[in-house]
Amino acid sequence: MSGRGTNGLGRLEGRDKVTDNAPYAAEYPSDGVLYAMPVQATIAKGTIVRVDADAARALPGVVTVMTHATAEPLAPTSDGELAVLQSSAVAYRGQIVGLVVAESLEVAREAAGLVHFDYTEEPHAAELRADDPRLYKPDHVNPAFETDTQLGDFDAAYATAPVKIDHTYRTPAEHNNPMEPHATLATWTGDRLMLYDSNQGSTTVQLVVAEVFGLRPEQVRVITRHVGGGFGQKGTPRPNVILASLAARATGRPVKLAITRQQMFAFVGYRTPTIQRVRLAADESGRLSAIAHDVVEQTSTVREFAEQTAIATRHMYAAPNRRTTHRLARLDVPTPSWMRAPGECPGMYALESAMDEMAIACGLDPIEFRIRNEPQMDPEERIPFSSRNLVACMKEGAGRFGWSGRDPRPGVRRDGRHLIGTGMAASTYPVYRRPASAVARVEAEGPYRVLINATDIGTGTRTALTIIAAEELGVPHENVQIEIGDSELPQAPLAGGSSGTASWGTAVARACQQLRAQIEEHDMAIPSAGLEARVDTTEELGSQARMARHAFGAQFAEVRVDMDSGEVRVPRLLGVFAAGRIINSTTARSQFIGAMIMGQSMALYEESVMDPRFGDYVNHDLAGYHVAACADVGHVEAHWLDEHDSNLNPMGTKGIGEIGIVGTAAAIGNAVYHATGIRVRELPIHLEKLLLVSA
Amino acid sequence: MKSFRYADAPDAQTAVAEVARSSDAKFLGGGTNLVDLMRLEVETPTILIDVSRLPYDRIEELPDGSLRIGAAVRNSALAADRTVRQRYPVLAQALLMGASGQLRNMATVGGNLLQRTRCVYFQDVTKPCNKRHPGTGCPAREGDHRNLAILGHSEACIATHPSDMAVALAALGAIVNVHGPGGERRIPLVGFHRLPGDQPDRDTVLEHGDLITSVEVPRLAFGAHSRYRKVRDRASFAFAVVSIAAALDIKNGIVREARIAFGGVAHAPWRAARAEEALQGADPNEEVFGHAADEELAQARPLRDNAFKVDLARNLMVRTLSELKEAAS
Repeated sequence: MSGRGTNGLGRLEGRDKVTDNAPYAAEYPSDGVLYAMPVQATIAKGTIVRVDADAARALPGVVTVMTHATAEPLAPTSDGELAVLQSSAVAYRGQIVGLVVAESLEVAREAAGLVHFDYTEEPHAAELRADDPRLYKPDHVNPAFETDTQLGDFDAAYATAPVKIDHTYRTPAEHNNPMEPHATLATWTGDRLMLYDSNQGSTTVQLVVAEVFGLRPEQVRVITRHVGGGFGQKGTPRPNVILASLAARATGRPVKLAITRQQMFAFVGYRTPTIQRVRLAADESGRLSAIAHDVVEQTSTVREFAEQTAIATRHMYAAPNRRTTHRLARLDVPTPSWMRAPGECPGMYALESAMDEMAIACGLDPIEFRIRNEPQMDPEERIPFSSRNLVACMKEGAGRFGWSGRDPRPGVRRDGRHLIGTGMAASTYPVYRRPASAVARVEAEGPYRVLINATDIGTGTRTALTIIAAEELGVPHENVQIEIGDSELPQAPLAGGSSGTASWGTAVARACQQLRAQIEEHDMAIPSAGLEARVDTTEELGSQARMARHAFGAQFAEVRVDMDSGEVRVPRLLGVFAAGRIINSTTARSQFIGAMIMGQSMALYEESVMDPRFGDYVNHDLAGYHVAACADVGHVEAHWLDEHDSNLNPMGTKGIGEIGIVGTAAAIGNAVYHATGIRVRELPIHLEKLLLVSA
Repeated sequence: MKSFRYADAPDAQTAVAEVARSSDAKFLGGGTNLVDLMRLEVETPTILIDVSRLPYDRIEELPDGSLRIGAAVRNSALAADRTVRQRYPVLAQALLMGASGQLRNMATVGGNLLQRTRCVYFQDVTKPCNKRHPGTGCPAREGDHRNLAILGHSEACIATHPSDMAVALAALGAIVNVHGPGGERRIPLVGFHRLPGDQPDRDTVLEHGDLITSVEVPRLAFGAHSRYRKVRDRASFAFAVVSIAAALDIKNGIVREARIAFGGVAHAPWRAARAEEALQGADPNEEVFGHAADEELAQARPLRDNAFKVDLARNLMVRTLSELKEAAS
């Protein structure tokens, strides 16, 4: 581990978590609480024509059964997935069509199976195909990037280049699967709504729920003290919070709703499958002359979500002729959404696999090939990088991994019945920052208190913000009390886009700087009424100079492929990242290696299997949907460079939540090629793709 | 989940009588599969008779040298048993490659044999399934069947049996002891699990009310010379894509007897009788092992997405037998 920063502060709430003193949303006790269970559509497209809930209502303990015919009307929002129980139309299999509310979870679940719907079915389409004639060009891709970009003349440059490749890479649908399901406890008191909810940003939940129920934001309070993972799937409010609130209002009692693992595969988002064609052209010296990255992916009929899969290709490598495109199929499927590094993660799998193939085509080491195509400024936007240390990451990683002298020939290293290979890929993730507000306060006696509605989704937010505050105040971190996870605290953006520490940290740093200035004005004597600083960073962020701000990294993998079974194991993963200043090495390391292991899962295990006849993901549990088990994880190392970038934020951070998953799958796929000579261009790399039939 | 009545059985007689009385009653062992299926309403018993505390928790050697394993013995206890590890390493290895440590601590030997298929359509009550509802159809045949059967399947059902332990027991020629409403019976493990035919709802030859009381593993002189190899999509906590249990008896450079069973390929543990026959008296080398595998796998009828299992099973057989041969020499 390298890099400055306060090293090794463990999670402040760690002890509470392991001693069961850190309640998650569904664990809060509540007198008279009812339990809700969603009922899901069993057709892929059509209209409900009749509801028979008599058997469910007759079950002892059932309090109410809600459907589109009985639920109160809600105000529409931009997210159609939140318009629950508002219409008889069914847009995908597994969509919520009813809600049972009962005295116990068991009764609610049994009754949910007794609600019967008659439908008029319509033909549906649920299979993503590159040749789908109805593919269309969205107005922009998530969140507001240009759909297509173009520079120079790709076609002409590609046609005449001496070295070129043209390959199509596919990634499957993937489901985030945080350990803690989406869960809500909703309680109405008059016209005020109290929510304990599992999400990545309770200010966002507060504002959306208020909008949906026609309330003023201050009538809704959302508490989100601890979250058992989100990975993007909890970035926006999900149907659970709307349903629990609806049911609590309809019954006049508190209502708890925690969705099942199977339901997590239906109505709370996932990563779209992608079909990505990458074309690269170079001269004889290995300098790229043309890059094209054309993406096909899916959205639903409920809400458009256009993953920004090709955006990393816009700034990774120099080439005068280039283009990126995104096309969408609007299918009768659940709406895809954010999953850790949406865009960069699947996109860099394709680009970095193609870069490996192109390095081989050019007869160059993959690191040397990337160095030759290192841009001096952002190659599309023509603006300077605030800092760009990709080359330094590759060199540092190469040294640590033992890359030098690597024999590029594939399929020649054997250890018993295993083929051994190594591979590398680059990582990148943009630096985002959003406006936030914070309050810092001190009384004559007692600790410094910092208030901000940040969210700790298991990442170490509380700990990092405490470190930032203590540093700005010039006091030990034990003297700082941070309060987060409550919408009554100063408004702050959600934990997403790896922007949490940058966004919240800016507000916390500014509030603490102002408080310290006030203390200094009082000659360090704190008046009896105390002192308080209150900041909002909207203006500061608006005045930031335009630059290309990205974190970079390099990942290395060693794989062993069983010659008899095709099984792939990963004894070593090593990543080196240049992500600005690292605030807390302990939690940062956990973020990096966790993401790298998730990248290994993407490379080798994760795949949501769509049965297009039914229109749903059929392997909808953790026995059928594999993520890495402990036994799959070998030696994983994360390192970082001591990167100083003064064009970011007061802390000099770039964000570390997502970059660790970007590039891992390509590094593993490249290592699998090096081991076997087999280039797999469709994830996950299941064993049958590598099965070498013995003679 | 449907509500149900739960009772602890005082003895086998009562347990069998209680379950035999009601078609909606079931025995409960470790519950690691049944309770999951109850949550999904794939199983909807109204009465559960807990047999996990009946006195079937012993592993004993019988006078003829065979080993009797009580049906309530936990998988982890069986895997750790010294005699099992010494005499039948294939069985201990199979157990340790199944599920996770937590599940093995709960799962019983009887329950392990009675696990149900993990076919995704079987586990989703909103979809047709001939095993769950005979006559409704088999969506797996044209759907998600990468990990389903290549051998012995029928038009009605292409499910696989998920157990690892049963594959080892099939190779070892175990006997299942059953206490039923009509008395006690001994059922050879090979044949205990059915092929689906036109009755895919029946996993085994057991009748309603039959209680497994123990499993007997006969003495096998070359049982110590055995191993289990499991191929799976991740390194632990995954069902077999294909597995093999094998034991090899080589004397004077000739195969005297081979015991081979495959897992992950059929509705039952697949005892590879044709391969065993082909190996008997043969010179043990890779070519012969491959030929024997081909004899067995000539019966395979792979589906659209699982033809690779034929190659995989062949590779596993060649490699595992070669390893056993090397260990013997």
